[in-house]
Amino acid sequence: MKPHQAAAFAAAGTLGLLLLPLVAPPYYAALMVPFFAYAIALLGFNLLFGYTGLLSFGHAMFLAAGAYGAAVLAGVLGIRSFEAVLLPVVLATMVLAIPIGFVCVRNVGIFFGMLTLAFGMLFYSFLFKFYHVTGGDSGMRVPRMKLIGLELAQYNKIELLSGPFYYYCLALMVLAAALMWRIVHSPFGLHLQAIRDNARKAEYLGVHVHRFRLAAFVISAGFGAAGGVILGFRIGLADPELVYWTHSGQLVFMTVLGGFSNFFGPIVGALVFTLLQDQLQALTQYWRFILGAILALVVIGLPGGIAGVYLALIRPAARGET
Amino acid sequence: MSAFANVLIGGVFHAAVLFLVAAGLQLVFGVQKIVNLACGSFYALGAYFGVTCITYATQLGLPPWLIFPGLILAGLVLGFIGPPIERMLRSVYGRDESFQLLLTFALVLMFQDVFRFFWGANPRSLDNAYLVYGAINAGDFGVPVYNLMVIGAAIAIAVALGAFLQRTNFGRILRATAENRSMAEALGVDVRRVYSAVFTLGAALGTTAGALIVPTAAASLDMAIEFVVEAFAVVVIGGLGSMRGALVGALIVGLIRAYAIVLYPELEVLAIYFIVIAILLFRPAGLFGRSPV
Repeated sequence: MKPHQAAAFAAAGTLGLLLLPLVAPPYYAALMVPFFAYAIALLGFNLLFGYTGLLSFGHAMFLAAGAYGAAVLAGVLGIRSFEAVLLPVVLATMVLAIPIGFVCVRNVGIFFGMLTLAFGMLFYSFLFKFYHVTGGDSGMRVPRMKLIGLELAQYNKIELLSGPFYYYCLALMVLAAALMWRIVHSPFGLHLQAIRDNARKAEYLGVHVHRFRLAAFVISAGFGAAGGVILGFRIGLADPELVYWTHSGQLVFMTVLGGFSNFFGPIVGALVFTLLQDQLQALTQYWRFILGAILALVVIGLPGGIAGVYLALIRPAARGET
Repeated sequence: MSAFANVLIGGVFHAAVLFLVAAGLQLVFGVQKIVNLACGSFYALGAYFGVTCITYATQLGLPPWLIFPGLILAGLVLGFIGPPIERMLRSVYGRDESFQLLLTFALVLMFQDVFRFFWGANPRSLDNAYLVYGAINAGDFGVPVYNLMVIGAAIAIAVALGAFLQRTNFGRILRATAENRSMAEALGVDVRRVYSAVFTLGAALGTTAGALIVPTAAASLDMAIEFVVEAFAVVVIGGLGSMRGALVGALIVGLIRAYAIVLYPELEVLAIYFIVIAILLFRPAGLFGRSPV
C-alpha cells in the first residue's frame, strides 16, 4: 500500500468512526470499545507476527497484564485517572516483557509459539491459583476512572462507553496506528522485515537479530497492555480468562482474518471479528462453530485475509504488494 | 508410605492417559510436521462418545465387566473421523506453521460446539462404573483395579506402537516418510495414504484415551482446551516427534502434577510450565528430540 492510499484509507476510516455514534444506537458504539482495544493490541501483535515473522500463541498475557495492572493501580491503589493508569501499566508490561522476550526470541517457528504459550499459561495459573493476591477466577475489579481529568459523573456506564470513552479510545487507536506506522516504516521496521525474510542473511549484514526481535517483542507487549487497560475498563473486571490460550488464539484469528501482510489488516480483522461475534452470538448459541468454519475457510482459501481480497479486487495487477 | 504409593499410582494413571494423547500428537507431528491443537478435542470426543456408548450398551444389557473393552472399542471406532479431517489439513501441508496451527485451532472451535450440540453444556459422566472391577486395599492404601487396567492398557499400546513402528513394513514406510517425504515418494510410497493412516492412528489414540478416563472423570466442555496444554507440555519436555519422549514426558508431567497437588496445590500447574520453560531454555529440542535447526 502506498503512503497516500494508506492516508486516504486511514482518513476515511477515522471519519466513519467519528460519525458512527451519531447514527448508530449506543449499543453498537459501546461495542466498538473492545474493537479499539483489540485493534491497538493487534497493531502490536502484528509487528511481531506480520513484520518480524514470530507467531506468539501467548500474546493474551499482555492484554491480561494491562487489565490486571489497571485493576491494581485504579482499584487497589486508588489512582482514578485513566492516563495516570495507562502509562505506568504500559511501561511496567514492557519491563515485564523484557525477560520473557529475552527467553522467547531465541526460538523461531513452532518453538517460539510453544514458549509463548507456556508463559501465557504460566501467568494464567498464577492468576488462577494465587487467589488471595489476584482474586482467582473471580478476578479483580477495575473501577471507573476520570478521563483527561474529567469526572463525567453525569454519564451512566453505557453512555460513558458510547460517548466520551468511545472518542477517547478512537483517539488512542489513531495515535497507536500513527505510532506503529512510524515504527514499521523506520529503519528499525525494515530491519525487522529483513529478519523475517532471512534471519541468517540479516545477521550477516550486521543486524543484531535477537536484539531486534526482543525490541519488537517488548513494543508489541506495550501495545497489548494498552489494549488490555481499555478492555479492563470496559468490562470493569480483570479476570484470568483474558490470558487463557484460546484468547491468544482469538488474537491470531483476528489478525489472519484481516490479513497480516497489510498494515491495516489487523484493524480490519478486529472490527470484522467483533461485529461477527456479536451478531453470531445473538443469532445462535453455536457461534463458535461458525467462527471456526470461517477461520478454516480463510486459512485454506484466503491466506491474505480480507485485506488481501480487497487489494486483489481493486488492483489485480499489483497482487502481492504489501 | 501408603500415601506416597497412592499419589504415585494416581500420577502414573494420569501419565498413562497423557501418554496416549501425546503419542498421537507426536505421531502426527513426526510424519506430517503438523502440531495438532485439536488433539484435546479428540480426547474430549472420545470421552463424550464413551459415556454415550456405555450408557446405551448398559441399558441393552451389557454386563458391567465389559465396560473396559467396550470403552476401548468406542475409542478405536472414533478413528473414522481421521481421514476426513486429514483431507482438510492437506491444504496446509508445506505452508507456514502459523496456518497449520490456526487450522487446527479452527477445529478446536468447531468441536466445542459439536460437543455442545450433541451433549449439552453440562458435564456427562458414567455412574457406578468406577468400582466395577473392585479395588485393591492394603491398610490405608487403596487403588481401584480400573486405574491399573488403564495403566496396563497404556503400556500395552506403547509396546504395540513401538513394535508397529520398528518391526512392521508399514511402520518402516512410515518412518521413512517422516525422515524424508520426497525421497519416500520417489521410491514409490503412497504418501497420501501414509498421511491418512497416521492421522487416523493419532486421532484414535486421542479418542481412546478420552474414552478410558470417563469412569474416573466426567466428560466436559473444558477438558478439550485444558488437556491440549498438558499434552503440549509433555511433547515439549520429551521432544517433538519422539515416542520415547512422549513416554518420559508423560511420566514427568503426571507425577509432578500428582505430587504438587498433595504438597503445594498452588504449584500444581505452575510447576509443569516452569519445567517446560526450563527445557525449552536449556534443551530446546526436548529430552529426546533432535535439534530444531
